Amino acid sequence: MKTTSVMIVGVGGQGSLLASKLLGRLLMDEGHDVKVSEVHGMSQRGGSVVTYVRFGEKVYSPIIAEGEADIIISFEKLEAARYASYLKKDGLIVVNTQQIDPMPVIIGNAEYPENVLDELKDKGLNIWALDALALAEQAGSSKAVNIVLMGKAAKQFDIPYERWIKAIENTVAPKFVEMNKKAFDLGYNN
Amino acid sequence: MKKLMIGNEAVAAGLHDGGLGVVSSYPGTPSTEITEFLSKYDDIHSEWAPNEKVACEVAFGASLAGARSACAMKHVGLNVAADPLFTLSYTGVNGGMVICVADDPAMHSSQNEQDSRHYAIASKVPMLEPADSMEAYTFAKTAFELSEKYDTPVILRMCTRIAHSQSIVETGEKTEAVLKDYEKNPAKYIMMPGNAIKRHPFVEERTLALQELAENCIYNTVEYNSDEIGIITSGCSYLYVKEVLGDKASILKIGMPNPLPVKTIKDFASKVKKLYVIEELDPIIETHVKSLGIEVIGKDKFSILGEFSQRTIAEALGLEVQNGIKADAVIPNRPPMMCAGCPHRGMFYTLAKNKITVHGDIGCYTLGAVPPLSALDSTLCMGASVSGLHGFNAARGTDAEKKSVAVIGDSTFIHSGMTGLVNVAYNATNSTVIILDNSITGMTGHQQNPTTGYNIKGDPAAKVNLEDLCKALGIGRVRVVDPYDLKACETAVKEELAAEEPSVIISRRPCVLLKSVKLEAPLKVDNDKCKSCKRCMGLGCPAISLKDGKAKIDTTLCVGCGVCKQLCAFDAII
Repeated sequence: MKTTSVMIVGVGGQGSLLASKLLGRLLMDEGHDVKVSEVHGMSQRGGSVVTYVRFGEKVYSPIIAEGEADIIISFEKLEAARYASYLKKDGLIVVNTQQIDPMPVIIGNAEYPENVLDELKDKGLNIWALDALALAEQAGSSKAVNIVLMGKAAKQFDIPYERWIKAIENTVAPKFVEMNKKAFDLGYNN
Repeated sequence: MKKLMIGNEAVAAGLHDGGLGVVSSYPGTPSTEITEFLSKYDDIHSEWAPNEKVACEVAFGASLAGARSACAMKHVGLNVAADPLFTLSYTGVNGGMVICVADDPAMHSSQNEQDSRHYAIASKVPMLEPADSMEAYTFAKTAFELSEKYDTPVILRMCTRIAHSQSIVETGEKTEAVLKDYEKNPAKYIMMPGNAIKRHPFVEERTLALQELAENCIYNTVEYNSDEIGIITSGCSYLYVKEVLGDKASILKIGMPNPLPVKTIKDFASKVKKLYVIEELDPIIETHVKSLGIEVIGKDKFSILGEFSQRTIAEALGLEVQNGIKADAVIPNRPPMMCAGCPHRGMFYTLAKNKITVHGDIGCYTLGAVPPLSALDSTLCMGASVSGLHGFNAARGTDAEKKSVAVIGDSTFIHSGMTGLVNVAYNATNSTVIILDNSITGMTGHQQNPTTGYNIKGDPAAKVNLEDLCKALGIGRVRVVDPYDLKACETAVKEELAAEEPSVIISRRPCVLLKSVKLEAPLKVDNDKCKSCKRCMGLGCPAISLKDGKAKIDTTLCVGCGVCKQLCAFDAII
């Protein structure tokens, strides 16, 4: 069986570590060999962050190179564009349409490319865009963006719905389970 | 038990299951989690030490006492611990001792990309290097036996991609921690010349014995797949090589980079037509292979800079790689920055506004260098802000003293800033040192330190009073300021720079990310009052941006610190 490569990208502090933890554990429980490469330290302070999740019969490299990702799950629009070249030809980008201005844009040294997703779609990339922040707020917390996005991407994995729910129960703190299940469903059914 | 673990958690589990009794460390990315995970075991004495030298010496003392011991640090931390390391090589151990060091190729969170293998060679200490979490567990666990059998500390080398990658670990039986007998042995443990001179031959004999071991050990493995291509590799480079070539090449995987085997390498080289060494950072293995008179392709194809990936290796080998589709639009960078409400921001704003020369240090506040604040002039290593400022002022005199400061965090000050401050007082420059006291070790992910009043387990502990400490070190003028109060910051900075004696300003407010900090309601902008002067934008706060010419505050990020409000001349921020 070939190795499948998933990238989770976003802005430091958006909760990508929890998403990769959930996905990694679930894939291991499904019987795959798994590697998850995280980012700690300096980059977490509002910088661009990327987490790699790879699974298959035997996974060697923990990282993903350009042109190799089957799925990119992006927590923010600009970050999806930043890592678009990592996508395989027939790959899929699941992206939260939320826009978070980076410092060069805030201080007027650069412009935020508002229409970059349309440009990438025109170039033939397969992109599923959704307002995950609005859905997360609907579920009860803006912090659940990560779980909404996992819900949206879930159908791309050969894993039954119930096991995703079980994985959420096993990963998040008990008092947040119901809210996160709701967030997952909103992504899954959107 | 099968579990997905980052390499650092696996090291912790391996050390624990290897019978660890005492661990002492200083946090540093990418090594921090080793000690954080160890602190969760109640049968181990774990602690954050003030710096890596102290940590390494604590581990030495525990080993001397008969316990299995460890310390963990990032690569540059080993520079600080190098002093005990080199002589520990001579004393050897009683209980097994493991020094965990994590390199950071590509400098994800570091100031240089030094290769720790040089230290193993220079100090003549064996080094192990795992390639995934399972190996991290096994190598850490077996390192104690190696340490005790060969009477040496053992260095366990990690790198970012191994330390922070999760892979599956199956843990085994725990070796019960044993406290070996302690017997006084001056000839072995008192390293004065008469004794040390007799230990040096032992070190050289030990290296020969370890070289024998290197020829036949669990750490170095050979996969014969091809007589055309042979690759000698180690650590994460091994993973990338396997990803690219699978079973198409023969591979000698080095898990013990010091000392390196001789016979094994000669045998391997003789069985393949073309030999490569693929290793990140410096050509350590390559130089060794070449010293054996073997022709090999190494750094002329595989970079000495940064980290590798399957792609860089495929490209260097002339294999096809896939290119993805890029946007034509310019994608702005997203550099890391100080958080909204970061207490360092008010002080940096004050320093930048007054065009002060700022000697920086290592921590979150290194981000004061980033635009628009651009407040820093230098950052070298832990503690260098204070000593560097003193040297700067000694060279440039009164003019410099009136407009230059050092900034250093609470944990970094304890680590190695206080010795620099003693020097300021003792050798008398009118230097002004600002301690950015955010009541936690921030950048590495919130570790306690001697100024916080809590230990590694979160239990109450002795708390260093920074004001008293600075006074005891010989500084007469010590004052505390709240960095959220811009006026107070400016007054303090101006008065202390003008003072005719050394001074310390403690800029004190806890990190906003601490759970104990009560956040204020987010602020907002009154669009009718905002005159688009952009003064608030000068703070570089991620919560403030410009929308349709007016300032806009992101209420999901704003914590109501109120610093921007003090800047607004039109009372538009409410």
